[in-house]
Amino acid sequence: MNKLNFLSLDKNNLYAYLYSGISLFSLSILIVFLNSFFSLDLTSFLPGTISYFLPLIIGFIGLHLIRIEYSGLKFLDIINKNINTNKFNALLSLLIIFVVIKSLPPLLSWFIIDANFTGDSKDACSGSGACWAYIKTWFNRIMYGMYPNSEQWRINLSFISLAFLGGVGFFATEKFKKYLTLYYVIIYPIIAFLFIFFFISGGPIFFDFSYGIIAAVISIIVGFFIPSKFKMYYFLIIPITIYILLKYVFFYEVLIELGKIQAFEWVETGAWGGLSLTFIVSFFCLIFCFPVGLFLSLGRRSDLPIIKYISIGFIEFWRGVPLITVLFMSSVMFPMFLPEDMFIDKLVRVIIAISLFEAAYVAEVIRGGLQALPRGQYDAAKSLGMGYWKMHIFVILPQALKLVIPGIANTFLALVKDTPLIFVVGLLEIVGMLNLAKTNPEWLGFAMEGYVFASIVFFIICYAMSKYSYNLEQKYKTER
Amino acid sequence: MNFKKILPQLLTLVVVILVFGFFSYNAQVNMENRGITFGYGFLSQESSFDVQFSLIEYDGSHSYFRAYLVGLLNTILVSVTGIVFATIIGVVVGIARLSNNYLIERTAAIYVEFFRNIPLLLQIFFWYFAALRALPLPEKAEPMFGVFFLTIKGFFIPAFIWNNLDIFIYSVIAAIIAIFFVRSYAKKKQENQGTQTPVLLISIGLLIILPLLSFLLGGVDASIEIPVIEQLSKTSFTYKGGLKLPPELISLALALSLYTATFIAECVRAGVQGVSKGQKEAAASIGLTPNQILKLVVMPQALRIIIPPTTNQYLNLTKNSSLAAAIAYPDLVLVFAGTALMQTGRAIEIVSITMLTYLTLSITISIFMNWYNKKIAIKEK
Repeated sequence: MNKLNFLSLDKNNLYAYLYSGISLFSLSILIVFLNSFFSLDLTSFLPGTISYFLPLIIGFIGLHLIRIEYSGLKFLDIINKNINTNKFNALLSLLIIFVVIKSLPPLLSWFIIDANFTGDSKDACSGSGACWAYIKTWFNRIMYGMYPNSEQWRINLSFISLAFLGGVGFFATEKFKKYLTLYYVIIYPIIAFLFIFFFISGGPIFFDFSYGIIAAVISIIVGFFIPSKFKMYYFLIIPITIYILLKYVFFYEVLIELGKIQAFEWVETGAWGGLSLTFIVSFFCLIFCFPVGLFLSLGRRSDLPIIKYISIGFIEFWRGVPLITVLFMSSVMFPMFLPEDMFIDKLVRVIIAISLFEAAYVAEVIRGGLQALPRGQYDAAKSLGMGYWKMHIFVILPQALKLVIPGIANTFLALVKDTPLIFVVGLLEIVGMLNLAKTNPEWLGFAMEGYVFASIVFFIICYAMSKYSYNLEQKYKTER
Repeated sequence: MNFKKILPQLLTLVVVILVFGFFSYNAQVNMENRGITFGYGFLSQESSFDVQFSLIEYDGSHSYFRAYLVGLLNTILVSVTGIVFATIIGVVVGIARLSNNYLIERTAAIYVEFFRNIPLLLQIFFWYFAALRALPLPEKAEPMFGVFFLTIKGFFIPAFIWNNLDIFIYSVIAAIIAIFFVRSYAKKKQENQGTQTPVLLISIGLLIILPLLSFLLGGVDASIEIPVIEQLSKTSFTYKGGLKLPPELISLALALSLYTATFIAECVRAGVQGVSKGQKEAAASIGLTPNQILKLVVMPQALRIIIPPTTNQYLNLTKNSSLAAAIAYPDLVLVFAGTALMQTGRAIEIVSITMLTYLTLSITISIFMNWYNKKIAIKEK
């Protein structure tokens, strides 16, 4: 009986087992490697099925022989601990190794070896690999959509300057750090909006929005001199009044004339597209959905019944419907709700729709953070005589938001991944643009290259975002 | 009741009413100008458009309501398929991520990171326009196991032809109800007398025997129909007989399940990791076997953590199935909010019905999952 037990370990011939095991394991990998990279079939002398499974069998026996607990060899212990704990694991590990070795050559040849990188027509792509010349030829369209070629520097300039302005936070000294939140929450979005509006769109210098900015600036300046008792009512009434006065009474005629002056050539939003549109839509939706979601979550937890139930209804409505129907609504149903002479641009409608949609999700995430805070925090803030807003701004929200960084990051990621849906209303960002390029009669049959390219782009964006959010989470982690 | 509490509420209410009033006033004016009257009467009119794939009998002579049903059933079909496959893949990958085998853990992690960071729409396009277009034409397709044909025109599989199908379905339902009673009886018995009943064995037996009886006594009869190739014209071939799964359905179900599975995998991983080590050690120390530990100690606690986020993923999948419109799978959005809307021009009615339908679907799933969640929650005494 003892003689039959030759596969199990024996103390006396430990090294015999080790050497035979390692050589069998290497042999199995070598067979698969040669087979897949050089199409050499070492096992062809065996009948079909056995020849096919031979590497697996050899490798399995090899791994079985070297499965020794605490052999004293560091390398062997690492292998045993990680891929060779029991028979089932050994089999799975072998399968994974073989699949990787088998699938590498076709992938490599498709991506690089047999691929075409040069040329500007379909004829250049004669190889069996990918046709990267297709991406190269369409690169401009994939990045900028139908935006006129001669004006594309406007997009580049805006994005570069916005990236620099966004990076200010990294260089701020201790002295300016406390103003950063104000900068990022209020000033930076306004700058971004102005860039997009004047530069990329080429909008008129004086436009409807400027009344609003003037009204806001005047009322904030005056607001400093108002006693705090009336501040709330002041800010509820005065800005709107100033806005209406400015628009319809004081400067009506003058500003209409001024509104016709443009610095740059007007490019309608229908012509925007490609990756730059993905960035624009995601950026503005990110900015708008956060405050709306914040207020909704506060509203849902408020003890004023009307506000509470309106918030609940709003959140549950948006969370219950798919984004695609929301976009349908914004394109076919929403114009019915507006006066006939009133027209809202397609892009603006889309941004509002996506922002409201994502705001509902952000609201639920923030509510989770608010609920996780112990009651003592509220009571302590109240006992110091803080009012509702003071309590939330200085005590509750800083803690709650810190808790929900991963959730908010997930929502933002979902938002970025949802932007391709705007094809429903006819706006073509990167995926839509690739779909269009694919149907071009001169470039038929390159769908795969396009989608692989877009997948890589989105993967890089989303993966970077998720890693950044993870870092942020670690940075603001506090012991509770 | 003080002034400071009433004022904000009043203001909000006024704003909401003003906005709604503004919208509905404009809608009224616009509809008057276009000569449309608001109403749902159009649902019974003849639809006069065709749908490529439907589970119930439908052609152009049926009503718009029937078209709505066709779309709804197609949506439900793809959602249920997606949920089933996403759950299977998700659980397997989630457990694989907890494996102590480095290679398996890494493979699962790469799968999760890759598939969840790519937009779902892109994945649907990839499967539909790139991957499934590489399949062979019907006349060149190699049969799998002799009866399955995977072609560019769809997946052709053998179909059952039933006699008295309803009796068979009743027998399955009866078996499920019987299993339910057996389970509750066994539980009561164990609580009262401490003896165990082999519930699993009885359940499987019931599930086999009752439908078998329906074959022997109820006159149920099933035969298998295998798809056969048929020439339509000189160059065009297709398969007759059997069941055809259109490529739209396959690519949509594939993309939905692969995408959602990554999220479910993360939920499963978080759930199993959330059960503290002490629980397992305590269970082992009172002599439970590894299987019993998993079934009686780890799973009940892990499920409590897993179920709420997984419900959310099911809801997301159902809502994401509306992306079908992008590849022309005739789901609710494409059939009803697309074609029917174009034909009737009744934007408000149709979009509102569509949204209400999705709301109802979402709320149904979440009510069901809440019920289940409550059932398995810790019962404190």
